[in-house]
Amino acid sequence: MASPIIRIDNIVKRFGPLTVLDGLSIDVMPGEKLALIGPSGSGKTTILRILMTLETISGGHIEVDGEQLYHMKKGADLVPADERHLHRMRKKIGMVFQHFNLFPHKCVLDNVTLAPMLTQGVTRADAEKRAMELLDMVGMADKAKSVPAQLSGGQKQRVAIARALALSPKIMLFDEVTSALDPELVEEVLSVMKRLAAETDMTMLLVTHEMGFAHDFADRVLFFDRGKIVEEGKPEEIFRNPRQERTQIFLRKIIAAGHRV
Amino acid sequence: MEWDWDFVWQIMPTLLEGFKITILATVLGAAVAAVIGLALAIARRSPIAAVSRTVGFVSEFIRGTPLLVQLYFIFYVLPDIGIRLSPLVAGVIGIGVHYATYTAEVYRAGIENVPRGQWEAAKAANLTTRQAWIHVILPQAVPPMIPALANYFIAMFKETPLLSAITVLELMNQAKSIANSNYRYIEPMTLVGVFFLVVSLISVVGLRWLEERYARMDD
Repeated sequence: MASPIIRIDNIVKRFGPLTVLDGLSIDVMPGEKLALIGPSGSGKTTILRILMTLETISGGHIEVDGEQLYHMKKGADLVPADERHLHRMRKKIGMVFQHFNLFPHKCVLDNVTLAPMLTQGVTRADAEKRAMELLDMVGMADKAKSVPAQLSGGQKQRVAIARALALSPKIMLFDEVTSALDPELVEEVLSVMKRLAAETDMTMLLVTHEMGFAHDFADRVLFFDRGKIVEEGKPEEIFRNPRQERTQIFLRKIIAAGHRV
Repeated sequence: MEWDWDFVWQIMPTLLEGFKITILATVLGAAVAAVIGLALAIARRSPIAAVSRTVGFVSEFIRGTPLLVQLYFIFYVLPDIGIRLSPLVAGVIGIGVHYATYTAEVYRAGIENVPRGQWEAAKAANLTTRQAWIHVILPQAVPPMIPALANYFIAMFKETPLLSAITVLELMNQAKSIANSNYRYIEPMTLVGVFFLVVSLISVVGLRWLEERYARMDD
């Protein structure tokens, strides 16, 4: 059996006096599609932000693709990582944000080509060729020359997915990618992601409130509450047969709020 | 006192010489203010407290003392420690650095207006901090601040007569020496006023256009 591509080992995250994650451990296998669900403020998004190095950790260790994320070897010792190490580690990871965060001053095509050209030394011609393939895959090739302000939320998010894929990361993080969308635009983004999940062997971590989507997308679902994993298992088990009372209550509330399971 | 048109035409070439220097000092001063201001704004955001605090203190100091005093200092005091600058160079540095402390505030506001998500997207795209500044943050931060910057440059233009105090032969200085040697003030001083007024009025029209063009760049 292969070894985990992500090994989160007993991490702690504090924001001032508030402890968000307290001794959390998760292993993620290569190619695994993992959905993190749970009430707001349970620390799901924080985990993704920590993996993307947008937040630091207050304690513990994270190993990504065989290397420490927040630590590096100095002789025999493990010392806190410097910016250079973090920069190198970020190559392995891509992220799609709730609020898209497209670069508003650049057209769709340039949004996708910018990072490969700057960070991987790809020529413009090659970057554009690859970008057009990706935009075609997310159904946005005809908007290559539009600027983000001309796009709907769903279109923006599909471009953001193409942008993240352009760097070919081993691990992709999706942070509530449909939460900021109008309901009628959710489906177009989800269908792109479903295809993506089926077609690639990329490892994917997904934070979502779309339970139906988590069910179809994930190999494994983790239910979080207050920074702890309350329950984990295959989607069928978690959604059809939750064992923990807190999971049952959460799912009932979500269904009552009109979300599909 | 009678207005003398012949005198006007007689002194016009000298005044135009001075006006050229005024424009030159303004353009160079604006360039210094634009570049140094940006450097100050970025240094002010440094995570190293010693850097950001020092820059903050120096800016406060420069803004809290009169430009005229600073000009005297640069031109008349620095030579005592071996730094000798030509009047124009001293003037451009003085006025440029003084206004840089104001443009730095414009940059700071502009930079802070770029949403945090843009930094995060740049990081997720594996850009270095430098690449994030150049390709993501500044291209968004600068256009909305252009009208405010232009406003400071117009103000700076109107302060260039101070450079006459350190012997820069700009418009005001030329006018003063004409007046002193001819004992006539009305024509040279009126003309100085007219020169400044014409340029200011043109600039204001230009500024309105810039505001139309850049002020509403959101989204």
